[in-house]
Amino acid sequence: MQKQAIFQSKLLPYALVAPQLAIVLIFFYWPALQAVIQSFLLQDAFGLSTSFVWFENYLDLFKERAYFEAIVRTFFFSFAIAVSSLSFALLLAVMADKPLRGSTLYRTLLIWPYAVAPPVVGVLWIFMLHPSLGVLSRYLRNMGIDWNPLLDGNQAASLIILAAAWKQISYNFLFFLAGLQSIPRSVLEAAAIDGARPMRRFWTVTFPLLSPTIFFLLVVNIVYAFFDTFGIIDTMTRGGPGKSTETLVYKVYTDGLLGGNLGSSAAQSVILMIMVIVLTGIQFRFVERKVTY
Amino acid sequence: MVEEEGFRRYVAHIILWIGIAIVAFPVYLAFVASTQDNAVIANGQMSLLPGGHFFQTYYQTIFVGTSGSTREPVGNMMLNSLIMALLIALGKIAISIISAYAIVYFRFPFRMPIFWIIFITLMLPVEVRIYPTYKIVADLHMLDSYAGLSLPLIASATATLLFRQFFMTVPDELLEASRIDGAGPFRFFWDTLLPLSRTNMAALFVILFILGWNQYLWPLLITTRDDMQTIQIGIRKMITTTDALTEWPIVMATAMLAMLPPVFVVIAMQKLFVRGLVETEK
Repeated sequence: MQKQAIFQSKLLPYALVAPQLAIVLIFFYWPALQAVIQSFLLQDAFGLSTSFVWFENYLDLFKERAYFEAIVRTFFFSFAIAVSSLSFALLLAVMADKPLRGSTLYRTLLIWPYAVAPPVVGVLWIFMLHPSLGVLSRYLRNMGIDWNPLLDGNQAASLIILAAAWKQISYNFLFFLAGLQSIPRSVLEAAAIDGARPMRRFWTVTFPLLSPTIFFLLVVNIVYAFFDTFGIIDTMTRGGPGKSTETLVYKVYTDGLLGGNLGSSAAQSVILMIMVIVLTGIQFRFVERKVTY
Repeated sequence: MVEEEGFRRYVAHIILWIGIAIVAFPVYLAFVASTQDNAVIANGQMSLLPGGHFFQTYYQTIFVGTSGSTREPVGNMMLNSLIMALLIALGKIAISIISAYAIVYFRFPFRMPIFWIIFITLMLPVEVRIYPTYKIVADLHMLDSYAGLSLPLIASATATLLFRQFFMTVPDELLEASRIDGAGPFRFFWDTLLPLSRTNMAALFVILFILGWNQYLWPLLITTRDDMQTIQIGIRKMITTTDALTEWPIVMATAMLAMLPPVFVVIAMQKLFVRGLVETEK
């Protein structure tokens, strides 16, 4: 796609793209390249000499049990967060799509958590479910549950999933609502005339027509669970107890910061980069299809 | 219209209110905690109704800070967050609108390679390049500075794509007309294109402001001085590992203050917010 009417100038266009190009090259490409180079190097314990070791950092990584566990954990978190948040948001969106009195108010009251920062989400949820002072922990204990997410890894993981899914409800709700509103009423009316009850109408008409939105949101939610949960984890559990809430991004952070193992941290970054490229690729292929849909 | 019986409507109302309650409860609890006495909260005896310490807590939070862990007044942290968010939002809009202008309205060698170079940054979020970026910022002596906080986050492929898409829809006749009036590239940009882009810019600003205000990992790495902390970093430092020392009312007041600006923006500018969200995801 190109414009017919354009300006003629030799230098001006370069001057216009220069600021963005400079920032992109200095703060995006150069560090990314550094990460790639670093991932092929090994530093000795004192940082005195470095040697080129081909894929040793990567091989070490895949032999490391903790890394393998972090991969599985990250995918499990992503899946759990996406499914719980998407299904709850879809339920709310279907309800809000009905011609109800006060529907704009409902929308306003459901979309604002989008603006709450991940670390704040972490603080809100750990406070609510803190083992000694959490308001909800009292009820859990009365129900006979030995609730202590600061010591129990599974409980910590479920807390992270709940908090992360909570934050994402508003985003999913908004896109589901937009998706529902774009479904032509006539199709639903035709199904109603054919005698389909509301539940049946939903599963045979609405849900299939919504599948592009669902797929799009699935990808967005997975990307969210990969990267934006960092703040939630960092304020809530800091990856613990043990390593039971350490995701891939959190591991890159702690390995580079505390371990000082830059080669391994860089190799992990490169693997993450590849994952982002794959996810973005899937998203774009899908968007392409949405346009022609 | 598809039939909607009364009973089903009641169910819908009830489900929506339950949803709203689930969404609002953690924040309500934070507000209640911010108005109560720390000793009561630490006992696990917190009441579910607001207490009487509202003014005292918020005054101390904004102007003094906690008495233990970080002694930085939260008012100052909010100022840092505000400056960072504005720099990121305005910076992204400024550099992307001019680069999109160049890519759409000029023909020049390397035009498409440059476009792709910008486009690919979508795949390099800060999380995958944290330590090398940290090193560059340190080498440039930009740790603990507003430039260091905002510059590495300022490039935005989404904004460039958005403006490019919008410029493509601007009719060519407008350019022809302003050329007949003797306008050059600067005049056309300033007098025609910029006013037309106002709504897009505003919608984008709303989204970018929220994203900027909520930045966490990057400020966490590059701020070491207490007076350069953003509010999101400050709140983490207030939760000490030894729980007994955490001043919960102040932590919760800080959480409320951290939420206030972005949530206000979402509610007050809902139309622009929704538009911005949908547009940037395209």
